[in-house]
Amino acid sequence: MNQVTLIIKIHLRNSFLYAKICRDHHKSRSKDSRSEKSVTINTPPAEPLLGDSAVRSEQLQDDNWGETTTAVTGTSEHSLSQEDIVRITKDLEDSVGLNCRRYFTLTLAVILGLLVFLTPLAFLVLPHLLWPEKLQSCGTACEGLFISVAFKLLILLLAVWALFFRPPRAGLPRVFVFRALLAVLVLLFVVSYWLFYGVRILDTQDDNYQGIVQYAVSLVDALLFIHYLAIVLLELRQLQPCFSVCVTRSTDGETRHYNLGQLSIQRAALAILEHYYCDFPVHNPALLSASKSRAAKHLAGLKVYNVDGMAHSQSRAMIAAAARRRDTSHNELYYEEAEHERRVRKRRARLVVAVEEAFTHIKRMQEEEQKKAPGDVMDPREAAQAIFPSMARALQKYLRTTKQQHCHSMESIQQHLAFCITNNMTPKAFLESYLTPGPTLQYSRDHWLARQWTLISEASVTSGLKDGTIFLLKCVDFSLVVISKKIPYIQMSEEYIDPKSHKFVLRLQSETSV
Amino acid sequence: MAYIPGQPLTAVVEKIEIQKLRQGDNLILGFSIGGGIDQDPAQNPFSQDKSDKGIYVTRVSPGGPAEQACLREGDKILQVNGWDMTVVTHDQARKRLTKKSECVVRLLVTRKSLEDAVKHAMYDHPK
Repeated sequence: MNQVTLIIKIHLRNSFLYAKICRDHHKSRSKDSRSEKSVTINTPPAEPLLGDSAVRSEQLQDDNWGETTTAVTGTSEHSLSQEDIVRITKDLEDSVGLNCRRYFTLTLAVILGLLVFLTPLAFLVLPHLLWPEKLQSCGTACEGLFISVAFKLLILLLAVWALFFRPPRAGLPRVFVFRALLAVLVLLFVVSYWLFYGVRILDTQDDNYQGIVQYAVSLVDALLFIHYLAIVLLELRQLQPCFSVCVTRSTDGETRHYNLGQLSIQRAALAILEHYYCDFPVHNPALLSASKSRAAKHLAGLKVYNVDGMAHSQSRAMIAAAARRRDTSHNELYYEEAEHERRVRKRRARLVVAVEEAFTHIKRMQEEEQKKAPGDVMDPREAAQAIFPSMARALQKYLRTTKQQHCHSMESIQQHLAFCITNNMTPKAFLESYLTPGPTLQYSRDHWLARQWTLISEASVTSGLKDGTIFLLKCVDFSLVVISKKIPYIQMSEEYIDPKSHKFVLRLQSETSV
Repeated sequence: MAYIPGQPLTAVVEKIEIQKLRQGDNLILGFSIGGGIDQDPAQNPFSQDKSDKGIYVTRVSPGGPAEQACLREGDKILQVNGWDMTVVTHDQARKRLTKKSECVVRLLVTRKSLEDAVKHAMYDHPK
């Protein structure tokens, strides 16, 4: 399959190049008269005439739309590109490694948990098994302690279940330091209790059963306190905001700011990613093609072919021509953007009218009417399919103009329409998800493409956030640059205002005629 | 013309006598006053010292009795028929000027040009 997809990609790239060359030939032919005036140049000029710019932008759009999606984004509707293959193989490799690690930590945790729960029970039961005759009988105080042990163990069980037995939400690159420390602490604690028990009680076969029960109760108490420590370290410490992080997407500069507490870099990265999926508008690579083509044009203009060997005059003419060329590109950008804006607004107006009209064809039937006329009754899905054709064309044109057509499939649009009809939403509510690009969560699962993120950091990822920490979160298409700043210490003072101190005077300026 | 409370005020004054004109039921003088101790002195456009709460002539109606008697806009009225006008409220000033029983008001007014004229005279003819 690799071979096939590679071949497809090369073919498409060739066709793009072919189209580009054709375009350049057209340009050079039409501008022969102009090139006589300016000095130079044998390079394939990307110099646009203002009249040609509309045509050229149309052609550029055509190229982008059908064919260059493989080169830019890595996915088109039909083919599987090289980037996808790479991503899938990486996923497979890493998932094996990650699964191993996950199971390893899971088994360790289960063993530790069993050890912790069975230890007090073992402390209580072992004397009865090993030296039952010597043992003092258990009085009322002792039996009261049994109840206490039972309930404290139950509370500990519920608390551990609540805190630790949650589905893991991410696989972090390094071990979670606080959890590891707590596990070691618990292990040391239990081991030390066992040591003491083994030496002072099992060896000497102590007959004071109440003392043994109290010892078991003290173990359970200490375990509850360790659990309290776990809550404070793992959950409470990072609640107080301490740092303000600024997250910027590298491709289009979208920036958001979040407040985080004292976290390690990897946990901060995880928190930021969870915010990323709800706050950042979805990454749309089709919107970047315009700036890329401008960059390509600049680069093309700077090629120097030194054919005659007269370097200075060529280079001076080169610079002059380049300067002149640069003078027109901003003009072009301005008009292109204004034209695009106008086009988007026109299509938007048509779309809004079409959708509003389509929604008027549907009416919700009341309960009584349903019983009376069971003729042409439709469920939401059928209703959506019935009114969809009248707005489909306008919607598709709008999505093409704003370059969102790959985010929405016809199936998803019909589903959304059925959803809106079921919940009595207005046409405006239906359109809102198409007019503005929403957060990544809004789109179908294959748009949550990057589940594999790479954390790139100069400091160790288990070290805490500091003022001025910079790290990157890279996924296949783009990266998020994160800078953290410390929230300054705020010194607040108070000023008391007596409510009776609000007094006013009238400043008059009257003029009287006499 | 700056007035220090408690200190005697020295000024060069002009005596102006205005005959009240009868218009229907009213006797009018043909000018408007502004100022007073209950007013805001900072908004007075005519005063030299912006804390001066005296009574100033803010407008002289053209062709009226006041204009004929050579009252000018910006004049500060110091006395009306012997009554002091430097420390009065706006309403008191109005009342003293519009007494129905009097047909003539004799004003003592001062203005900056009077002071300047006297100063120049003193300077040109030193003693």
